[in-house]
Amino acid sequence: MNRVNLLAVLFMGLILGLWEVFVRIMAVPIFILPPPSSIFAVALVQAPLILPHALVTLTEIVMGIGLAVCTAIPLAIVMFAKPTLEKAFAPFLVASQAIPVFAIAPLLVVWLGYGIASKVFMAWIIIFFPICVSLLEGFKSCDPEFRVLFRLMGASFFKTLRLLYWPWALPRFFAGLKVGVTVATIGAVIGEWVGAQQGLGFLMIQSNARLQVDIVFAAILWLTAMGLAMWWLVGILEKKVITWK
Amino acid sequence: MLQIVSATKFFKGQKIFSKLDLTVAKGCFHVIVGPSGCGKSTLFDGLTGVFPLDEGSLSWNHETLLSLKDHASYMQQKDMLLPWFSLLDNALLPAKTGGQDIKKATKQARSLFQRLGLKGYESHFASQVSGGMRQRCALVRTLMFNRDLILLDEPLSALDTITRRSLQSLLLLLQTEFKKTILMITHDIEEALLLADEIYLFSKRPMSISRHFVLDSPKPRKFNDPTLLNIKADVLDKLEGDLIHEQG
Repeated sequence: MNRVNLLAVLFMGLILGLWEVFVRIMAVPIFILPPPSSIFAVALVQAPLILPHALVTLTEIVMGIGLAVCTAIPLAIVMFAKPTLEKAFAPFLVASQAIPVFAIAPLLVVWLGYGIASKVFMAWIIIFFPICVSLLEGFKSCDPEFRVLFRLMGASFFKTLRLLYWPWALPRFFAGLKVGVTVATIGAVIGEWVGAQQGLGFLMIQSNARLQVDIVFAAILWLTAMGLAMWWLVGILEKKVITWK
Repeated sequence: MLQIVSATKFFKGQKIFSKLDLTVAKGCFHVIVGPSGCGKSTLFDGLTGVFPLDEGSLSWNHETLLSLKDHASYMQQKDMLLPWFSLLDNALLPAKTGGQDIKKATKQARSLFQRLGLKGYESHFASQVSGGMRQRCALVRTLMFNRDLILLDEPLSALDTITRRSLQSLLLLLQTEFKKTILMITHDIEEALLLADEIYLFSKRPMSISRHFVLDSPKPRKFNDPTLLNIKADVLDKLEGDLIHEQG
């Protein structure tokens, strides 16, 4: 383990330790703020209860990511190829981010139902933007001298895209994807809060109502672990794809 | 034959050059020498159509053209190798983008790698080899355009002196072995003297041809060739005169 990782672990340990000590000394009731030790215990002991919900949320997030990637890439390419279309689409893209997801979550549940579709859609709205914008910026950041070289070679747009723009933009694409996967949990969980029959968000709302705060925290712990795992997986994928850096 | 007649270019209302005439006969190696910032690269941008000429005409093999885009290959100071491709794949770019037969092109590229001293480095990446090797690879890529006219824009000026000397002999191969017609820009007078059939000495803005030298000593040449030394003295005199004139 290198120095930075060690520091991160130490810092985390310090915060959790302070939390634990504070709760114990002040004798905070468990339904207000449980100590970290019991959160970890509950997260493990109650795994049979939590895991099926976590799996649902994970499915929603992964589908949201898949959908976002599949739509963001073509749109970024279209906007890059035709700047007039970029101008036309940009207000909608920004608007899709400016509207708080909380505001449209109830509508989406009405339109798409209590099932997984409304949550996938929520996740998609949130993830789509950073991927699309960073990919587009990646295309645009391509050195003009390389564009000239490809022009002189008589390359078509799609050949230039495949051989030049796409690899050029890949690091930015992954940066966007990393942002996307970490915020994806927000979309899915908000969707589940508003109306669902399963999922970590649903479990949190239910447990909160029953003052089972330790379960709420355990669900948050699982959610965080999922977010971290996805971040880590994207990092691995990035290293596999971008071999030249 | 490459013929440039009365080429004129303005930039933001300022005259970069005007009524520039230049001819390169088929199979010849002509070199443009001039102080940096005089607009030599702008001339090439005009020839390749990146920033088209404002006035004047271009012709290649008696065919009048708007630009040399589809007729010339181009090499510049930066090697412009893509970091995600191996050296061989970089050299194959013109073949891939131009829809050439890849199998045939690969064979051609491999033999060029051998000829230009890159054998064994086909699967290396640009980041793994020296600046001189990278420029050799850029030279292979330039040849892989399979076009008869080559424009060289200070192709060796980023290299150290020793590497530059060895690559100069490869540039000579473009003419002697590959039978290309070449127009090169450089600010290295000795390089021009070693390679050129004719030297155009350019003056500062507005850029114009201040001297024209014809060199007929056989190639490969040596630096101590007295005719070359005479021309070199002439060129330096002229450049110095321009500088003094500029300061006065």
